[in-house]
Amino acid sequence: MESMLHITTLHYLVLGAALFLLGVIGVLTRRNVVIVLMSIELILNAVNLNLVAFSRMSGGLHGQVFAIFVITDAAAEAAVGLGILIAFFRNKETVNIDEVNLLKW
Amino acid sequence: MFFLSHIWLIPLLPAFGAAIMFFFGRKLQKASVSALCVGTIVLAFLMSCGAAWQYSAWSSTPENFHKPYQTILYTWLGTDTGQMNYPMQDGKSAAFQADAGFLLDPLSSIWLLFVTGVGMLIHIYSTGYMAHEGGYYRFFGYLNLFMFSMLTLILANNYVLMFVGWEGVGLCSYLLIGFYFHRKSATDAGNKAFIVNRIGDAGFLLGMFFIAWYFGSLRFTDVNHLAHSGRFAIGDPIITAATLLLFVGACGKSAQIPLYVWLPDAMEGPTPVSALIHAATMVTAGVYMVARSNALFVLAPTSMKTVAIVGALTAIFAASIGLVQNDIKRVLAYSTVSQLGYMFLALGVGAFSAGVFHVFTHAFFKALLFLGAGSVIHAMSGEQDMRNMGALRDRIPITYRTMFIATLAIAGIPPFAGFFSKDEILWQAWTSESVAYHVLWFIGYATALMTAFYMFRLIFLTFYSKPRMSREVEHHIHESPASMTMPLVVLAVMSLFAGFLGFPQSLARLVGIHGQTNRFEAFLDPVFSKEAQVFKAEEPSQLAAGIKEEEKTSGIEYLLMLLSVAAAGLGYYMAGRAYSNADKGYTEPIAAAAPPVYNVLLNKYYVDEGYDYVFTGRRKVGDVRLGVLGLGEASSWFDVHIVDGAVNGAGWITRLTATISSWWDKWIIDGIGVNGPAILARMLSYPARLFEWGLVQWYALVMTAGLVGFVFYYVYH
Repeated sequence: MESMLHITTLHYLVLGAALFLLGVIGVLTRRNVVIVLMSIELILNAVNLNLVAFSRMSGGLHGQVFAIFVITDAAAEAAVGLGILIAFFRNKETVNIDEVNLLKW
Repeated sequence: MFFLSHIWLIPLLPAFGAAIMFFFGRKLQKASVSALCVGTIVLAFLMSCGAAWQYSAWSSTPENFHKPYQTILYTWLGTDTGQMNYPMQDGKSAAFQADAGFLLDPLSSIWLLFVTGVGMLIHIYSTGYMAHEGGYYRFFGYLNLFMFSMLTLILANNYVLMFVGWEGVGLCSYLLIGFYFHRKSATDAGNKAFIVNRIGDAGFLLGMFFIAWYFGSLRFTDVNHLAHSGRFAIGDPIITAATLLLFVGACGKSAQIPLYVWLPDAMEGPTPVSALIHAATMVTAGVYMVARSNALFVLAPTSMKTVAIVGALTAIFAASIGLVQNDIKRVLAYSTVSQLGYMFLALGVGAFSAGVFHVFTHAFFKALLFLGAGSVIHAMSGEQDMRNMGALRDRIPITYRTMFIATLAIAGIPPFAGFFSKDEILWQAWTSESVAYHVLWFIGYATALMTAFYMFRLIFLTFYSKPRMSREVEHHIHESPASMTMPLVVLAVMSLFAGFLGFPQSLARLVGIHGQTNRFEAFLDPVFSKEAQVFKAEEPSQLAAGIKEEEKTSGIEYLLMLLSVAAAGLGYYMAGRAYSNADKGYTEPIAAAAPPVYNVLLNKYYVDEGYDYVFTGRRKVGDVRLGVLGLGEASSWFDVHIVDGAVNGAGWITRLTATISSWWDKWIIDGIGVNGPAILARMLSYPARLFEWGLVQWYALVMTAGLVGFVFYYVYH
């Protein structure tokens, strides 16, 4: 049977944008550093989605290859971020990002 | 010719005596000292007689006719390699040569004879006078040293050796005046004599330099030869300057105005010193020097006039002071200054032999007066003030009689010595070049009147009148010992008869004697004759008037002689009226008649005080100090205020500069230069700092906002 909704590239882009937006809001507003890191992963994954959508639309494989790179990069970045978090925790005994304000004037 | 060729022994004998005194005197007995020192002078006198005798024989031979005898002991200053050459006035090169050379001619013979003769008598006198004094050997040592210097002066054949003697007599004068050095007045007087003498010496030296520069030689024979050669015009300015400077030296040594002030103070020395040095010998050195330089003086009429005027003024000036002095020696001191004025008056009017004749006679009667005064002081146990004497005539008869003879001589009463010499001077002054010289005659005449007055005043107050001394002094009055009275007698004989050597022709003619009776003038003819010719040539009027050489009888001469004798008699009479009955507290006639005049004369015209104000600066004129001490004060002020002020000022400026520099460094360099940019940076960074909140999510928000901005820009552009 014929579906009533064609899943076009636009749907993927909107989803990607929504996930991006969620991720940005999470980075900007969440207090816990671990959640901020998870939000950053969300942003990166949203970007992956966009890339794959455009790759399907154009029929080439460039987008998908780039997405593999981004996933690798996200993993590395998470590792480094968690390292910074652990160093930070050792110093301040807290995971509140509000308390990272030693460079205040 | 032994005495002539060994003439250098004459000064050396007293030098030997002085040397022995210097080295061994303290250990010798008084008798040995007397024997040695008096003996050297006696020997010197005998040798002088021999030398003069042999000279007159030597100079009457045809080849040496009227030439001076010279012998040179050794060359003192000078080389024969030309190393002491100097440029003369006309550019030629002259060798400076001053030998230890001795010259004997009629002029120096006369001086030699009376210096050694009177010196001998005074040495003998001193053995008696100084018998009870301390420092006996020192006294005779100095006396012998003086004789050595004086004889060197007389016998020198050049100006430089004469200057050595000149300085030597000045030194001995200082030593002998300050003999009683425990007395401050004596040492002050010695200093005064030496210093005032020194001022004259400066003039002498400058005159000597002029002569050396102008003539190329300092030897008397050379200078005289050049002066007579006619190469120099009469009135030559250099010669005038040189002779005036030489005369300044003579003023210092022979106590003329303005350098006479040391002579009265020199009476602080023992009386034989006053007799020898300040009456007979040292003070005549100036006269000798001028007479010796007569060839130069004749070429400078201005200098001659100066000499005559200064001499005349000094004569009357000193005589006026002597009228009122109370110290017996001071009267005689001023009398000496006055008589020296006469001598210079004679030299100044061209009557050289008359001046020398007066030196000759004056030596005898002045030495006699001083020695007699010493005898009086000895009898009065040291009293010198005439106000406390009186009626000594019968107590000390020999002293009285000899002093009376000397007074007659000095007053100019014939036939005593002083009459002939003084009268000759007055006559020469009257017949000099122009009628203006009659003024000088009048000054001389007035002085003669004063001389007679004050000398007879001395005699009356001392020997006549009523006794005014205290009882103890009166008990001790006694005649002096033979060692003192014998020289008095000898000098009295000379004062009586020495005048006949210069017996004037005009008087001789009265008794029918023709020819040259003035042996003195004839003897001095070789020394002065050429001068008389040059002198005559200067003033043609004189050829008509009355020439000195040719004795044309003039009635005026007899009149003047009578006037002189009348003046002497008047002086005797007036002094007798005033003083022959003087009792204790007598009044001076001048004080009674005109008290202010008396005060001025008694205070010696305040000349010493004037010198204190102007030349030494011992007293201030208001707030300012003049003279030498004033110069010292001014120099000190300059040093303290200006020189040190400059030094202090430099220091002040350095401190000021340092202060400014430190202020600049602290406030400008450090403040603006260094701290300024720092403050500026801080100020500018203040707003920028506000952005640093330290909140990580805020940074992320800003980044996001920027990203959105970029996106909108790209989409809607």
